[in-house]
Amino acid sequence: MKNIDAYTHVRGESIYLDDIPLIQGTLFGASFGSPMAHGTIVNLDLSEAAAMPGVVRIFTYKDITGENQIGGIVPDEPLLSDQEVHFCGMPVAFVVAESIDAARAAVKKIKATIEPLRVITDPREAQALGELIIPPRTFQLGNTNEAWSQCKHIFEGRADTNGQEHLYIETQGAYAVPQEYQAIKIYSSTQGPTAVQRAVSRVTGLPMHQVEVEVNRLGGGFGGKEDQANTWAALCALAAHLLKRPVKYSLHRMEDMAMTGKRHPYSADFRIGLNEELKIVAYEVTFYQNAGAAADLSPAVMERTLFHCTNSYFIPNVKATAYSCRTHLPPNTAFRGFGGPQGMFMIESAIAKAAETLGIEASVIQERNLLQTGDEFPYGQKAQSEAPECWHKATELYHLTDLRKETTVFNAANKWYKKGLACMPVCFGISFTKTLMNQARSLVHVYTDGSVGITTGAVEMGQGVNTKILQVAAKVFSIQPDKIKIHTTNTFKIANTSPSAASATADLNGKATLLACTAIANRLKKMVAEELSVAEDAITLQDEFVWVNGQKTDRDWKSLVMAGHIKRIGLSEHAHYATPEIHFDATKEKGHPFAYHVYGTAILGVTVDCIRGTYTVDTVKVVHDFGSSMNTAVDLGQIEGGIVQGIGWMTMEEVVYDKEGRLRSNALSTYKVPDIYSVPKEIAIDFLQTPHDNLAIFRSKAVGEPPLMYGIGAYFALRNAVRAFNNKGYFPFDAPMTPEKVLMALYATQQEGIIQPHEETSKHLAVDK
Amino acid sequence: MIKFILNNNEVSTSLPAGMVLLDFVRYHQHLTGTKVGCNEGDCGACTMLVGELRDNALRYRSLTSCLTPLGNVHGKHVVTIEGLNMEGLNPIQQAMFDESATQCGFCTPGFVVSLAGFCLSEKNATTQNAIAAVDGNICRCTGYKSIERAAAKVAQLMQARQNTEPVAFVSENRILPDWFSGIKQRLQILRTALNGQLHPTDAVEWVGGGTDVYVQKHDTLKDAPIRFLFDDTNLKGINQQGNRCIIGAAATVTDLAESPIMQQHFPHLADHIKLISSTPIRNIATIGGNLINASPIGDLTIFLLALDAALILRNNDQQREIPLRQLYKGYKKLDRQADEQLASVSFELPRHNTYFSFEKVSKRTNLDIASVNSACCCTLQGDHIHDIRISAGGVAPIPRLLEQTNTFLKGRSVTDTTIGQAIAIAQTEIAPISDARGTADYKRLLLAQLIKAHFMTVLQHAEH
Repeated sequence: MKNIDAYTHVRGESIYLDDIPLIQGTLFGASFGSPMAHGTIVNLDLSEAAAMPGVVRIFTYKDITGENQIGGIVPDEPLLSDQEVHFCGMPVAFVVAESIDAARAAVKKIKATIEPLRVITDPREAQALGELIIPPRTFQLGNTNEAWSQCKHIFEGRADTNGQEHLYIETQGAYAVPQEYQAIKIYSSTQGPTAVQRAVSRVTGLPMHQVEVEVNRLGGGFGGKEDQANTWAALCALAAHLLKRPVKYSLHRMEDMAMTGKRHPYSADFRIGLNEELKIVAYEVTFYQNAGAAADLSPAVMERTLFHCTNSYFIPNVKATAYSCRTHLPPNTAFRGFGGPQGMFMIESAIAKAAETLGIEASVIQERNLLQTGDEFPYGQKAQSEAPECWHKATELYHLTDLRKETTVFNAANKWYKKGLACMPVCFGISFTKTLMNQARSLVHVYTDGSVGITTGAVEMGQGVNTKILQVAAKVFSIQPDKIKIHTTNTFKIANTSPSAASATADLNGKATLLACTAIANRLKKMVAEELSVAEDAITLQDEFVWVNGQKTDRDWKSLVMAGHIKRIGLSEHAHYATPEIHFDATKEKGHPFAYHVYGTAILGVTVDCIRGTYTVDTVKVVHDFGSSMNTAVDLGQIEGGIVQGIGWMTMEEVVYDKEGRLRSNALSTYKVPDIYSVPKEIAIDFLQTPHDNLAIFRSKAVGEPPLMYGIGAYFALRNAVRAFNNKGYFPFDAPMTPEKVLMALYATQQEGIIQPHEETSKHLAVDK
Repeated sequence: MIKFILNNNEVSTSLPAGMVLLDFVRYHQHLTGTKVGCNEGDCGACTMLVGELRDNALRYRSLTSCLTPLGNVHGKHVVTIEGLNMEGLNPIQQAMFDESATQCGFCTPGFVVSLAGFCLSEKNATTQNAIAAVDGNICRCTGYKSIERAAAKVAQLMQARQNTEPVAFVSENRILPDWFSGIKQRLQILRTALNGQLHPTDAVEWVGGGTDVYVQKHDTLKDAPIRFLFDDTNLKGINQQGNRCIIGAAATVTDLAESPIMQQHFPHLADHIKLISSTPIRNIATIGGNLINASPIGDLTIFLLALDAALILRNNDQQREIPLRQLYKGYKKLDRQADEQLASVSFELPRHNTYFSFEKVSKRTNLDIASVNSACCCTLQGDHIHDIRISAGGVAPIPRLLEQTNTFLKGRSVTDTTIGQAIAIAQTEIAPISDARGTADYKRLLLAQLIKAHFMTVLQHAEH
């Protein structure tokens, strides 16, 4: 079945935030963001801006009727700066005017005098100064101190990953419409309607039952709208609440890029020890997460880095420590993978370092250390592992040995072009790591004409969650999909939702829908069973008809529903689902936090142009653990899209801040995401059907985030290609592997740096110094 | 008063001619299928098609409506996603649907419109050409593989066209709505009615294709009196006079790519042009604009510098000719009076022993601005360099001809030592800075590599 939105998408008829027909009297907002990364506002001059034509009012923190606070996990983030500014782009004032142009023109006339304070952009510097978002956390298994003595080989090193801009093509935005009795309705482009509701409630002082948040769909989210849609919704709501007029704010791309956080850059130190058989005996790693200026979701992201610090491998002795470091960048936030990719990059770097020094293929170490069923993760959960099966199927199906030979032959024959290969196994835990978030509700109405309306907490952003939920209902009722409509996500219909995140949305909301539909179906079946005096389990629903003891009757779905209504059987159900079995004790850092894990192995091949430093990704060949896919069209799209997004993060996508904390890659002209010419020539996906029962909806394993991490293999494939040209030169484990880094590595010497440093020399680790 | 046909309707508006087409269509015509993505021509979510009469033929081109002023579509046919909708899905939409080539859907109308542009073009019905049509469209969800599969299906749709006029073919075969077949006549009527309405004499702003000025000065241009140069027939055309090629300042990059003269003298033109922006931008970006915006890294500037192009600057009846290499006086500073207009560019076409090479490296190979770009025009006499001009962009405040390097190379034979010495001289002629496109060190190394690449290309061509 195709994505249920595809029809209106291809016709341009799908409605996004900026497409909602405006109510008469609507005003338009634009925010004034701090021009400096850190400082104290000594004067804010709004007079000229306020006098501009069309300006209705300019709001500052003084106008906030509730609390000037939008921090979710930690209350450390004011909506509007009250005195200090903590990052470039931090909202200081919110202009509301009769038109978009008038609002934007007025923003340019706002003058802020800001006394500068020390700007920190480097997480290690922040950590050294004790600037931490939360206290550090350590996951431990075995005893690394004692384990080093059992190691034949020990390697140490440092690895770094840069951030990643979400670049959802639809920018952030909100539209707030005042209702009677002070209530307010907010249309938001958010993955977390309840988060928006809470933020608006807190800022305006209205109780949550006065705040209705409605989400139709998003033009992409990728984590960027999990928590960071709150700001714009709260600003619009505050203005609408005070002005009693609808207020809309759809961000300009440059505002969006400058004001919102991105994937967290990480820096890490690692130490890895292997025995004679190349089994990894011990692994120590310290992560420095660049959290930005406020907590946002950083503590949770940091936690997932720790959960995934050993990727797909069993290591008996592990000590992983993570620091969430406060810097003066926009608060970094959720991004597909949520800290997992950074944890995985570091262990892969450690393995690559070992392999490069030992002069062997990394895949030898990778294969020898794959998780087996029953192995313990550093956080105490025991693996139900598909890792070996994915690995072995991938290497056999795609003939890894032959690929390696071809690469060697090619490299021997070509002076200026070199190929590189890398294997990338992935293991990703499914569930919110905060156990309480693993609950969902679904509201199902069957109408008397047989049509079905469903509302859940899931937000559709292209991932096909609504399609899967519809499939659940169609299967339980055994009716045609066109009889079912998935309604907008709305906090007045479904309360206390978890955001659409953690790859778990289809599982959670699908299971809740399964419970609701099953309850209604069972009531109807019971009614029929009583009528016919047969056992309840003799009644089934099949192809829109009632069947008794395997025989089709002439009662169809519509007449069944009508009969139910006449008999006063409840045709609506609100069901609640909470993932069983999961728990985690943060005081011990042990538990069983994940409902299940998703596994897979990718083999990536690249070709590097050794004159120009440019490259192509030629192939990505994957064996992926789907459990039992319930929608192969949707799942294939998630895998292909995730892989390309992961490759983008590892190759061309480079977030550049200068030392003043100003974003230099602030537009699509300076921040490059993959285009159609830069994607792998071939992406092959093998759907591995895994037989074990699991907690996924219809055993169809979550697919949103895991594939992104196959992209990490692109970094190591490029590294291998570069080393085929220059195996003596030193170059650090530092992603992304832009054409710049490739060229510098191709001509690197054994010392760091190849050309005498010039005045302008800079290093692109998140910060351009 | 601006008048044009929007989909199947004539529209006229007295809104400012400097307003961009995207805003007019979305917020004044309330057609919301076209999306706002980046406002700088880099994402393709706002792609529309514009049809116009050229030599009595109706020709469609895709463009980015976020950078196109209303003044540039005066008297033309503008097609949005709404104008492609028929009962049920059209075959382009069906291909996107069948291949699951849409996820969040926000970029999707842009892709469909671009593919429709391919169907309305004279391009051969190959998958490669269909994919080229969407080279300006960014999708963040799908990873493009499904879009490639859809593009292949769209190419198949067009395989039976042969020599039929595209508009006739797509309307007869129900690929697009049948009213497309009547547009040519409606445009002829409209054009007759409009004769020359759009040139305010007090214009302070001049706009060609708008691809740079509308990124830089979007807010001020909206209400400014503008003189629109894009459709000025005096500024169009690519012609040969003797051994010189003369290009009108308002010729577009697409015009350049499609010029038989250029194709004949630059056998690798298609490869060079593929490195320059994207299809919808090339369709509207003018050669003159690329030179006059004075970017240190303009691709065509670098291209034309190596050809030692000359410019005709015109002020009413007066005109003067200057070499392109003397145009740039400093960062964004030109040897040009405020009322002087670039009329044309000319250069000597390469002879049989003259070899041309264009190199560009950027973070993303396509649809990106160069980290460093460079062109080389080299005339060989035996194994000696008779004449050579190497230009370089992104390594100085202005686009540079590496004069000292070129002087050194003249008369020498091409050896590794010579190239090494030339590169060392080139390093003294440049002053790159670190920015989002790369560090200064990188740009230095990269230029050295591109000079090596030029010689590899030149020698390779000379051997054949």
